[in-house]
Amino acid sequence: MSDSTVDVSGQRVLHPGVDEFIDLVTELKAEGFNMVVDLTAVDYSAFPNREDLPENVRPERFEIVISMINHQTRERVRLRIQIQEENPVAPSLFDLYPGTEAMEREVYDMFGISFSDHPDLTRILMPEDWVGHPLRKDFSTGQIPVQFKASKAKR
Amino acid sequence: MTAEVFDSGEHPVGVIKNDERVRLREGSAVLRISDSEATSITEKRSTAIDDPSEDTRMILNMGPSHPSTHGVLRLILELQGETVERSKPVIGYLHTGMEKTAETLSYSQGATNVTRMDYASPLFTELAFSLAVEKLLGIEVPPRATWIRMLMCELNRISSHLLFQATNGMDLGAVSMMIYGWREREEVLRFFEKVTGLRMNHNYIRPGGVAVDLHDGWQNDLKRLLEIIPPRLDEYDDLLTGQPLFQKRLQGIGVLNASEALALSATGPILRSTGYDWDLRKDEPYLAYDQVDFDVIVGTHGDSFDRFAIRLNEVRESLRIVEQILEMMPSGDYRVQDKKITPPPRARIDESMEALIHHFKIFTEGFHVPPGEIYAAVESPRGELGCYLVSDGSSNPYRMHIRGPSFVNLQTLPHLMRSGLIADAVAVISSIDPIMGEVDR
Repeated sequence: MSDSTVDVSGQRVLHPGVDEFIDLVTELKAEGFNMVVDLTAVDYSAFPNREDLPENVRPERFEIVISMINHQTRERVRLRIQIQEENPVAPSLFDLYPGTEAMEREVYDMFGISFSDHPDLTRILMPEDWVGHPLRKDFSTGQIPVQFKASKAKR
Repeated sequence: MTAEVFDSGEHPVGVIKNDERVRLREGSAVLRISDSEATSITEKRSTAIDDPSEDTRMILNMGPSHPSTHGVLRLILELQGETVERSKPVIGYLHTGMEKTAETLSYSQGATNVTRMDYASPLFTELAFSLAVEKLLGIEVPPRATWIRMLMCELNRISSHLLFQATNGMDLGAVSMMIYGWREREEVLRFFEKVTGLRMNHNYIRPGGVAVDLHDGWQNDLKRLLEIIPPRLDEYDDLLTGQPLFQKRLQGIGVLNASEALALSATGPILRSTGYDWDLRKDEPYLAYDQVDFDVIVGTHGDSFDRFAIRLNEVRESLRIVEQILEMMPSGDYRVQDKKITPPPRARIDESMEALIHHFKIFTEGFHVPPGEIYAAVESPRGELGCYLVSDGSSNPYRMHIRGPSFVNLQTLPHLMRSGLIADAVAVISSIDPIMGEVDR
């Protein structure tokens, strides 16, 4: 269904497209992958020449990374989904795995990738009125000016 | 419509029914009302302010600096009288951008950063990070380093669970338990101080091995620990486990079943309390856990009491492992002898030009890690602690993500508290044992 590669530790990595990965997750769930262990994202804008993608997968700026586990066969699989910079939207996994709720909110907060049909897509770690998405590569550290006040004490 | 969560094999059959699905969506972390609902409420308010039936539902804020919330967890509770209907954890008060910071630190500095995430069990985060880096580097650490790591992690599990016993007792009104729990934890931390130099935030497990070898006479210190702690655990049993008051506060409170726990990605004692046997030390053995003998403790009812009992008995199992490590500790190097990764000993720098160059390179630039991405997971006292690492070939991680078990486990909170009394909310929060440093990172 989608291209699969293997990472250095021998774990299976799948590369579905953004419109087909819900079907793939449903299929994996039926296969026995009973838990989404982790869901995160990577901003590849400062590392454009990555070579670990299959040939027919077009690298995009963002990548959603989902780790799933099958408790019976003790097997793990990782899904890497390319997300376009212009339209950073992915379908939510909430209906299949409610445990992804907080993780998707974190990705939304940190990367600005929206999840359609998520029940409560709000910022989770940053303040609600925060501007920008901290884990994007163009969000530099030390952006907020810190004001130091000199003490008026006599020496 | 039903969805199979898991169907065959040794694990119990669990099915999420449609009403459960609706409940998950409703009661999960959602505590927001739609615009139309809001207008209808405000319209009603303006016309019938004195209607007493409108006043029974109350939204109450708890935290973020409530003594029982283990740090800065804030909860929004929707109360019907004394009963908690819906609730929502609000987090982020301790967010310091550690994942972003990790991108500016080299791999040898990285352990210093991650150790501050879960401050009650810092060695596990160091371990997950180091395992991920070592997998990308393709190096194997010497056996002694592996066994030292295992020893320190099991001791850390003991100290973390003792901390839980202390705070759990305090939350439920057994205040003396707090003193006892801290007392025993201090004994373990004293051993840590001798080995690593620090009580917490050790930066001891590093990519390539551990920072220093065990000190002379560590066996005696360890034997002393193994003598002190077991009788004190029996004291806890007398003080807590058998007490009717304590049992009544915990039994049947905050119940979760296995299929709900799996759907919510809960791991660790929360998943095991439902009777589901899953422990990465047994099921995906890392380090040398396949060479030691221990049992995985599981519960039956999935309530707060089971989670308490699991943690208490996991201390006993960890002591069993520590006893075996004491016998089986191999000799040899405590870190990998690769000049590109491990800094040379201080004495070599004075006599060897090459050693000086390597030392300079490691501490200014750091070592380079081949490009790629990797996920490494360990069983922390709170569940699966994973580290997802992306390398672009430079000496800093391109992206470092820690899958914190507390962060994910916190999602079970609204389900555990639902339809319970507000007085039991404290018992439920405590039984999840969240460490906010790891939740917010």
